[in-house]
Amino acid sequence: MTPRRKRIYLVLGVVAGVGIAAALALQAFRSNVMFYFDPTQVTAGEVTKGERFRLGGMVEVGSVKRQPGSLEVQFLVTDFKHQVPVRYTGVLPDLFKENSGVVAHGRLDADGTFVADEVLAKHDENYMPPEVTRSLKKGESRLGQGT
Amino acid sequence: MLPEIGQFAMILALLLAATQAFFGIAGAWKGNSRWMSAVYPAVAGQFVMLALAFGCLVWSFVHNDFSVRMVAGHSNTALPIYFRVAATWGNHEGSLLFWVFVLSTWTVAVAALSGSLPRAFCGRVLGVLGILSFGFLLFSLATSNPFARLQPAPADGIDLNPVLQDFGLTIHPPMLYVGYVGCSVAFAFACAAMLEGKLDQTWARWTRPWTTVAWMFLTVGVALGSWWAYYELGWGGWWAWDPVENSILMPWLLCTALIHSLAVTDKRGLFKSWTLLLAIMTFSFCLLATFMVRSGVLVSVHSFASDPARGVFILAFLALVIGGALTLYVWRAPLLRSQAGFDLTSRESFLLFNNILLVIATAVVFGGTLGPFIADSLGLGTLSIGAPYFNPTFLLPMLPLMALVSIGVFSRWKRGGLGDSRRRVLGSLLLAVVIGLALIVGVYGDRSLLGPIGVVLGVWIVIASLVDPLDRLRRGLSLSPAILGMTLAHIGLGVLTVGVTTMETRMLERDVALRPGEQVQLGAYTFTFEGVRDVEGPNYSAKQATVAVAHQGKPLATMLPERRNYWVQQTSLAEAALGVGWRRDLLVTMGEDLGNGAWSLRVQVRPLMRYVWLGAALMAFGGLLSTIDRRYRRRVESTEAQTTSQPQQGQPA
Repeated sequence: MTPRRKRIYLVLGVVAGVGIAAALALQAFRSNVMFYFDPTQVTAGEVTKGERFRLGGMVEVGSVKRQPGSLEVQFLVTDFKHQVPVRYTGVLPDLFKENSGVVAHGRLDADGTFVADEVLAKHDENYMPPEVTRSLKKGESRLGQGT
Repeated sequence: MLPEIGQFAMILALLLAATQAFFGIAGAWKGNSRWMSAVYPAVAGQFVMLALAFGCLVWSFVHNDFSVRMVAGHSNTALPIYFRVAATWGNHEGSLLFWVFVLSTWTVAVAALSGSLPRAFCGRVLGVLGILSFGFLLFSLATSNPFARLQPAPADGIDLNPVLQDFGLTIHPPMLYVGYVGCSVAFAFACAAMLEGKLDQTWARWTRPWTTVAWMFLTVGVALGSWWAYYELGWGGWWAWDPVENSILMPWLLCTALIHSLAVTDKRGLFKSWTLLLAIMTFSFCLLATFMVRSGVLVSVHSFASDPARGVFILAFLALVIGGALTLYVWRAPLLRSQAGFDLTSRESFLLFNNILLVIATAVVFGGTLGPFIADSLGLGTLSIGAPYFNPTFLLPMLPLMALVSIGVFSRWKRGGLGDSRRRVLGSLLLAVVIGLALIVGVYGDRSLLGPIGVVLGVWIVIASLVDPLDRLRRGLSLSPAILGMTLAHIGLGVLTVGVTTMETRMLERDVALRPGEQVQLGAYTFTFEGVRDVEGPNYSAKQATVAVAHQGKPLATMLPERRNYWVQQTSLAEAALGVGWRRDLLVTMGEDLGNGAWSLRVQVRPLMRYVWLGAALMAFGGLLSTIDRRYRRRVESTEAQTTSQPQQGQPA
């Protein structure tokens, strides 16, 4: 092999490798993306059945209920226009509180309850995840147009 | 009074940074040695001013001067004094001042230790560092003045965020910042080389120790951050592919690529323009990380500050620095051609593949981190991606990289074909397969695909890295710190791989609801919940659970997880109890009171967790060791001739 040809093979190999890696990464990216919906969108039926998604909003005051002594907990997530009931079994995060922002990962079951497998209460210093802030603002402006 | 002195010192430092930048670069360009001499007092003066400013800030924190807005917002009289000191950099404004202070310290070190460098080159390096310092100081003074006053002063402060009240976090940001800023030295060396239009092996030899030290601090910084998340955030997460974690990982990956590419430039005078590009990219990602963490773009536990105006300023600064450096690169890099050729299976090739794979890994992380923001800004919906994307795509380049490390350490400069080492490669692989499988299948009973592959690759790296140094010892040759450092760092990588793989594939975790007296079985461990009592800390009150742990029926330990309620911010925070050991870590975290006397608890058994930190520590120590090698301290006049002459096997890479 001449050095020139060797270099061509090397470059071809690298290009092929990078190409395959990029294709696989893109595939993984597309199949693992989770979209975000607020309660209004969920109520409007914008979510495809059985799709895993992120639900965000505020934990409605007085809605957190649990069977005494059990890990199962139920609460309502609201954007102050619509609510979605959420069911979760497990330890809730430190910052989970009524009337503060929450983001849950999971699916809708047949009767419209959101079954969460992960509940996040990460937020900034104002106790609000940014997506939730945005969808609450959006709700306000929609409300403003309506009235 | 002191805060005003601090602010005045910052303004003086800004002016000195401008002086340093101008006289450094213009002096070298004009060849004016009087101008170049003016750089050194500017460097020293700037350091003194910034030390004074930083000292004033620390003083304000320690003495609870709540008329300073930052102190009022991030401290409290009930806060223990060491956390008050740490609170100085536990917020946006203070951490920026700290950033510049670290930069100035690095600059002083460069100025002091570069006596053997040509004056013009040194002037350019210090000039570029001056530009960076100027930019950050301007940013700090214009958008986030740490000494801003609050009128009237409140009686007490709002307190430091409770998750930051921890030893890990008092040293994690400093380490990371020293690492980030350290990369600016490599960046400045690269810019200086491009301005000069000349880059030889001597340049690579000057740059290498600086880059390796920066890399060492980055390694420690990443590991400390992960360690902190592991035990302080309480839920056992050590790596969540959180955007902020990713933003630290990217410069680390690129810096790793850079130190390897620099090795080739140093030893063989190859990859010149690639090394320059990597140096630019590494520092760019350090800046990007600062931007991402500090602009509030990201949703994560780390974004304690969010202000769009700051974001715009950093973005502009970022565009200016990266854009400027890349323009310089496009203009100057064609001058720096590499001449020599090399074989397809030579050490150069292996290091090239190492670089390609590390860059691919960075790109994968970059795509996953910024993809959601790009999709969001294009109006494609708010989406997120997590571990299901990152895990497979990150492993894709990393697994071949692991294998290449083990083969690559046997390769020789310039010549291909591994030569006599072929048998050693196979032998070490065979041994690794036997030991690796015995460990993961025999001890842990793992029959998945990834577990055995990861462990075998990790063990292989350890064995392969040991062969050459042991061989040298047997033949009575001495081991230079450079070789020893490289070996240690590679072994660290192997240990880390074994630890991560075993822990991730074999960990046990359960959320349980327990009443006093009830127990839960996890593998060979029995956790018995004995009850809850009230305890009090300096600035919090807590419920403390007593959990007795038994291993195969024999009592092992009593673990005391807490749920703390911090008075000032009224935040409830879980403080996990850890039972660490060489074979496994046990973790118990308290959830909440479920009523009927029951509490929710999360119990975890994480095998070989400690080896993750041990691996990182070995890597960092290896890096440190390799920088004390004598060859970096040798005074070099004309080295082009003496370094190309003997490319031989087993030289440190």
